[in-house]
Amino acid sequence: MTGKGRALAWQAAAVVSATAVVLYFANNVATNLAVRGIQFGFGFLWAKAGFDIPFHLVEWDVNFPYGRALWVAGVNTLFASAICIVFASALGLTLALMRLSGNLLAVGTSRALIEVIRNTPQLLQIVFFYFAVLQALPPMRQSVTIGTSVFLNVRGLYVPAASGELWDWISGITLVGVLVAAVLWKRMGMLVPRLLVLPPVLIVGLLAAGFTAQWEPPALKGFNFVGGVRIPPEILALALGVSIYTSAFIAENVRAAILGVHKGQTEAAFSLGLTKGRTMALVVLPQALRLLIPPLTSQYLNIIKSTTLGAAIAYPEILQIFARTVLNQSGRAIEVMTLVLGVFLVVNLIASAGMNAWNRRLALQGR
Amino acid sequence: MTSLPARALRAGRLVLAAGAAVFLATTVAQAQVSAPPGPTVEAIKKRGALNCGIDTGVPGFAFQDNKGVWHGIDIDYCRAIAAAVLGDPEKVKYTGTTAAARFTVLQAGEIDVLIRDSTLTFTRSTVLGLDEVAVNFYAGQGFLVRKSVGVTKAAELQGATICTVTGATLELNIADFARSTGAKIGTLLFDKPEEAIAAMEAGRCDGYTDDTGSLAGMRSTLKQPDEWFVMPETISKEPLGLHIRSGDARWQKIIFWLDNALKSAEEFGITKANADQLKASTKDPFILRLLGAEGDTGKALGLDEAWALRAIKVAGNYGEMYETHFGTKALNLPRGQNNLYTKGGLHYPLPIR
Amino acid sequence: MKRVMQAPLFKALFGSRGNTVVTLLMVALFALLLPGLVRWMFGHAVWEAANRAACRLADDGACWAFIRARFALFFYGTYPEGERWRVHAGLALLVVVGTGTLFSHRRRGAWLLALMTVVPVADAVLLAGGMFGLAAVPTERWGGLMLNLVISFVALGGAMPIGIALAFGRRSTWPVIRYGSIGLIEFWRGVPLLTVLFMGLVLLPLFLPNGVNVDNLVRALVVMTIFTGAYMAECVRGGLQGVERGQSEAALALGMHTTQVQLLVVLPQALRLAIPGIINIAVDLFKDTSLVSIVGLFDLMGVVGQSLKDPAWTGLASEGYVFAAIVFFFACLVISLGGSVLERHFSAVPRAGKS
Repeated sequence: MTGKGRALAWQAAAVVSATAVVLYFANNVATNLAVRGIQFGFGFLWAKAGFDIPFHLVEWDVNFPYGRALWVAGVNTLFASAICIVFASALGLTLALMRLSGNLLAVGTSRALIEVIRNTPQLLQIVFFYFAVLQALPPMRQSVTIGTSVFLNVRGLYVPAASGELWDWISGITLVGVLVAAVLWKRMGMLVPRLLVLPPVLIVGLLAAGFTAQWEPPALKGFNFVGGVRIPPEILALALGVSIYTSAFIAENVRAAILGVHKGQTEAAFSLGLTKGRTMALVVLPQALRLLIPPLTSQYLNIIKSTTLGAAIAYPEILQIFARTVLNQSGRAIEVMTLVLGVFLVVNLIASAGMNAWNRRLALQGR
Repeated sequence: MTSLPARALRAGRLVLAAGAAVFLATTVAQAQVSAPPGPTVEAIKKRGALNCGIDTGVPGFAFQDNKGVWHGIDIDYCRAIAAAVLGDPEKVKYTGTTAAARFTVLQAGEIDVLIRDSTLTFTRSTVLGLDEVAVNFYAGQGFLVRKSVGVTKAAELQGATICTVTGATLELNIADFARSTGAKIGTLLFDKPEEAIAAMEAGRCDGYTDDTGSLAGMRSTLKQPDEWFVMPETISKEPLGLHIRSGDARWQKIIFWLDNALKSAEEFGITKANADQLKASTKDPFILRLLGAEGDTGKALGLDEAWALRAIKVAGNYGEMYETHFGTKALNLPRGQNNLYTKGGLHYPLPIR
Repeated sequence: MKRVMQAPLFKALFGSRGNTVVTLLMVALFALLLPGLVRWMFGHAVWEAANRAACRLADDGACWAFIRARFALFFYGTYPEGERWRVHAGLALLVVVGTGTLFSHRRRGAWLLALMTVVPVADAVLLAGGMFGLAAVPTERWGGLMLNLVISFVALGGAMPIGIALAFGRRSTWPVIRYGSIGLIEFWRGVPLLTVLFMGLVLLPLFLPNGVNVDNLVRALVVMTIFTGAYMAECVRGGLQGVERGQSEAALALGMHTTQVQLLVVLPQALRLAIPGIINIAVDLFKDTSLVSIVGLFDLMGVVGQSLKDPAWTGLASEGYVFAAIVFFFACLVISLGGSVLERHFSAVPRAGKS
């Protein structure tokens, strides 16, 4: 038999045995479901949910179906992930720079922090930060007031809500436009740096939208503030807990990447008269980024998965809403868990593909 | 009955097979009702141990002491069943079950009985194929609120935020209550009660909601218990009890009558201490039948004649169990609905004759 | 004064304006946080009390009496008191053979063989019992830190072969094997451990023939092992990529078979390169074992949560979880320190191609 033939035979054998195993398990599942009288199907997704979701970015009402709850909770998960990724990256960079700073106290603190953070369970840290945040915020009747219509207390941060058709249109177009421009800046042949143009455009656009909107300020009525938009403390605690934990790992990755940039680069930058800070920002970090992206990708994926720990501190993410409340109400353990796993797989694969694309682009530019 | 779905599968039609199998299972389950043998009891006897599904920890119902020994009213029931069926209250294998997994574990046959402060609902009965055979604690969903907010009725909680835990039907009850009364009540869902309580104490919410049985225990753990009170009103009915898989008539009857025996014992003044003596001395035919000195109640259940006597001698009658775990020396929860019907409660033991 | 200002310590703290600012900020932060913590943990702490009510007389201190009363429970779960020597013996055996494997130069093969065969079997017999005159201890009585250790060791041991196989699979030129491996690795790395643990608990019995029941602990072990195996695979793959091509070319030129080259030449070097990653996985794994409490197993975290339900001690969550955090911290520190010893030990072996 030729090498190629043998390879084919082996692979065919692998496929056959894998299929056999899958069929065997599928058969067992079908039999067991039948014997135990468990019904299987996704029809329950259209049944009325009946419960409240305290924090939602897309519209939610108790009369909406379970399927909608999956969407609402999924958006909450993505929102938390995005915030944590931003926080964790900034903190990780700070910790790494602290550790490379040369200040004895900063180095020591950074090292000690990294050790403590990495060596204790993440769930405990999140719970700790939640209560630290609650302790730090003032009680509701003694809210910190910023201006006349922004309130901060233990229930969250209350800001006025904007509404109106013009507001929706102008703010939407500005946001999408700026985002698209930021991504396609180079391809559009722009010569000025995007940081110089886009932020002012964003501010002007939002201001213009703000003038057209009707503003509804929050006001204390009975138990709670009514009206306005509320950002709950849970999201802050989750962001702190997850991003501080992950930042300890990111810090080590950043440090390795910075040390991985050839020393000659720094020396050359110094001899050109660049200051220490500018050398770091303009010469070292851009090059370190290239080494950093693969490990950073897995940290970002970890963040997305870690947001499920928000269930412990009442952040309504997908695990809490779907794998706890919906599962318990509908009794559909298998379907619910399959959906949750599926959502995480899809999100993670997309995130991973995005990071890989970025990696490829940077790698090409670097050479 | 396994061969048909298996054959259909080999044809590659998994979905169809599952449907056919469900249909088949229903017909077979119906056929089993008339069959006298009790597969669950036989399995327990063969194994030599009762597999009892319990809560992973809730004051009064199931908790471990410093030595790791289980206590609680649910535990007493597990032990009483083991004593009745196997003759030894120690022959119990406890399986801690989480809220999300409890019914699946029971369906899968990993436990013989689930005694885990669970309520039977329509969905659990029909979709999951379970029965709640006996109720060992009547609870309802109540509220623990700060005295200073000055509300006395649940309907006055309009606009309030209430902390609670996931895994039960607590959030659904609140939403139902809100829809029926028009009061908008926000909920904040935690995984564990200790975090929900701590968040409430920190001012994150205006109160905490749970079954009345748990609330009493919760209040005693607060930093300043006097600043809080349990509202007398409840917004749901939570008959917590003993769950089994549908379809095993003999096992169902054993659990059902055992519960009746424990409550009858209280009604007739049979206690852990005087049971043996009463059996020898009493002339009351009801007590004689219950304790196995007369008649053959045991035979009808496939047990021996002293089954109820042994069960009573484990932790006493129902009233004694309640006193141990919820009485003045424990969580100090008034008996209320959990009293016998003769004293204004809901427990109405059926006659054993 | 001048001497002080030139001392290295002073320079490192106040060397420049930026440095001084950082130093002052740090000192302020410590001054703000430390006193309250020390007062709670030591100053006002209660070490002896029969229950929570007795503890709460001093309100702003920790109630360590709670931890003391349930110390044995936290470490052994409900493992019978008279049989706990078996836990110690099992741990001692593992430590002795493990140390032997790490530090023996001549007989490492023999030690490793013992570690992979004798130790798991002996430890399983010791802990579970039921033979050789040892009383059987069912797994639902295993608990506390002991359970965390058992799960960690089994999952790490089981993850090694799975990880190595998947890593080679991912590098295979046969598309079926390669994409099969990639699919498995990416699936397991893409889902939260919490959800797969739950799936394992609920679904594993459904995948097995009707009537076959698997122990709860075994289910958690299977899930943790496969989950760790997927991460191990990526770590080993990194190591494989780090081995210079010349190594395998030289081995092939010596007339070795492809399989021999991979297993005897490439793999040992790859594993050596992968040590830091493996240590990280071990630390993560150990921390992740705390999640099994969510599926109803009483590991350290589960026992702490469960202890808070005893009416005698309810409401002492801070003490319980701070204690758990301290235990986890020191256990992980031991793993990391052991890991760095291991790393140094192996890097001391001169590498081919380097002087």
